[in-house]
Amino acid sequence: MTFLSYLVSGLSLGSIYAIIALGYTMVYGIAKMLNFAHGDVIMIGGYMSFVATAHMGWPPLASVLLAMLVCTVLGVLIEQLAYKPLRTAPSLAVLITAIGVSYFLQNAALLIWSSNPKSFTSVVLLPSLKLFDGQLTISSVALVTILACVAIIIGLTFIISKTKIGKAMRAVSEDKEAAQLMGINVNQTISVTFAIGSALAAIAGVLLCSAYPILSPTTGAMPGIKAFTAAVFGGIGSIPGAFWGGLLLGLIEIFGKAYISTQLSDAIVFSILILVLLVRPTGLMGRKISEKV
Amino acid sequence: MKMTKPGQKRLISNAITYAIVIVAYVLIQILDGSGNLTSSLRGQLVPICAYIVMAVSLNLTVGVLGELSLGHAGFMSLGAFSGVIVSLGLRDTVSAGPLRLLAALLVGAVIAGLFGFIVGVPALRLRGDYLAIVTLAFGEIIKNVINTLYVGIGPDGLRISMSDQASLGLGESGTVIMRGPMGAVGVDKLASFGAGVILVLITLAIVLNLVHSRSGRAIMAVRDNRIAAESVGISITRYKLTAFIISAALAGAAGALYALNYSTVVARKFDFNTSILVLVFVVLGGIGNIRGSIIAAAVLTVLPELLRAFNDYRMLAYAVILILVMLTSNNDRLKQLRWRIRSYFQHSSRRQEAEHE
Repeated sequence: MTFLSYLVSGLSLGSIYAIIALGYTMVYGIAKMLNFAHGDVIMIGGYMSFVATAHMGWPPLASVLLAMLVCTVLGVLIEQLAYKPLRTAPSLAVLITAIGVSYFLQNAALLIWSSNPKSFTSVVLLPSLKLFDGQLTISSVALVTILACVAIIIGLTFIISKTKIGKAMRAVSEDKEAAQLMGINVNQTISVTFAIGSALAAIAGVLLCSAYPILSPTTGAMPGIKAFTAAVFGGIGSIPGAFWGGLLLGLIEIFGKAYISTQLSDAIVFSILILVLLVRPTGLMGRKISEKV
Repeated sequence: MKMTKPGQKRLISNAITYAIVIVAYVLIQILDGSGNLTSSLRGQLVPICAYIVMAVSLNLTVGVLGELSLGHAGFMSLGAFSGVIVSLGLRDTVSAGPLRLLAALLVGAVIAGLFGFIVGVPALRLRGDYLAIVTLAFGEIIKNVINTLYVGIGPDGLRISMSDQASLGLGESGTVIMRGPMGAVGVDKLASFGAGVILVLITLAIVLNLVHSRSGRAIMAVRDNRIAAESVGISITRYKLTAFIISAALAGAAGALYALNYSTVVARKFDFNTSILVLVFVVLGGIGNIRGSIIAAAVLTVLPELLRAFNDYRMLAYAVILILVMLTSNNDRLKQLRWRIRSYFQHSSRRQEAEHE
């Protein structure tokens, strides 16, 4: 029974990582950049939901929608102002700019909401599920998180494989110049990608804060790094890779904490990551790129 | 106009780099002597030296070797804590402070270099972002493991435990050096600005000599075209590893210097953000530009202090400055403008020469 409850919390944490990792991997696949500010968009999403429910008395679902809206606008704005002018610049310059944006968001949040952690009320108000005569309790947040992740991955796969904008995304990630020649608006496609990624970050932020109800300006940093790791774990640029990478990372973290060591859980997660990359240098589902001389 | 040979030009360029460090040292000593140095700035002198060494050594990995490392603070952490252990371990046998500092720096460098080898052998097989993530993971592992370590010195030597202080079993006569998440306490402040400047000069000598040596050219050949380099018989693994280990060892020495400037050191100090901070120094100073790294590290370490006038807004201002610098330095139009101005001056000086003749 305890194993099953660990499994559920691992899947739930993994789902949060997966949702964040999807944003990382989509942006990487299309813009070929590591968006280090992604973790901080999560944090902004959390604060938006917090402000809407605690200060303005909005219902939880409306607060999630507000968080998604604000993060989408924020994501597109960041892309337009900070990343778009650097499209031809070396990748390290873009990386440093992304770090600058990350510092900016963290410190802006620090000024607005101060460094005092806020206690977040869960947006999921359903009672927790009791199974096997009450031996196994599954919190409703965990259940909703897992379901949301599955719904998101199905929706995203549909968008990418069936719709016109999805086709454009695949084309741009394959070859930017050729896509442009085929009449695809590359800048618009990149903006849409950032918008989707940021909306997902908002959902992840709300779910993360519902499961671990402490909100501070650095809330997004560590999950951001972990999700980035998950994206690489699965093979960065690959959407199923981000999903499986996120789930596996969550499971490893929770089982590592439960059965090996609480203090060393991060070390376990990252050691396994290194081992996987040594065996499969481009991640679990990454494509092998053969080099032409 | 006199023509300078490339070798001569390089010599002059290197001399300028050393001179900047020495002149800065003399100027700061004069300022300090005349009492014009604020105490907060004086406290920053050793960290500045440590960060300069960090930036120059990371530039060896990022600029010269061309591989992105996001875990440089991990090596700094290894150097810091092994340096602290050595300096406290030698407290009874060696009384001279500078000698203990030297031992701490050396051991810090060796330990970090050793881990550079352990991480480098597998990691350098990977490329680009995958290498970056392995270095990031390594930095997090180091932070996490050191955070759980309890180390003490008893009469019979060093004792290490991962559970708690009591399990060290030191008794009355032993001293506890590291207390898990509380970090190392009671560290002797052995580091001084002078020692820091000497470490900076040694780092420069090592890195500049390496870059301009046969090995350095091989490393840069690997960076510029791996396949072409391999096909002319350059052993890629060997040269990559050489650069990576030297970079790690220097970071270890910087860590030892940094740690011995404070009475308490915690592992959390050397986290992902510190790695990123040093990377920012390298990129803003110019990738592959050693002199740029020195200046960027010094200026950006002092900058938050100078921005104190903005009070609460200073870190926000720092972020905005960082973004603006990246945007302007990579703006195509500005680049063209700069190129035009330069070519204009070159033309006019050439014209003057023609008139003289």
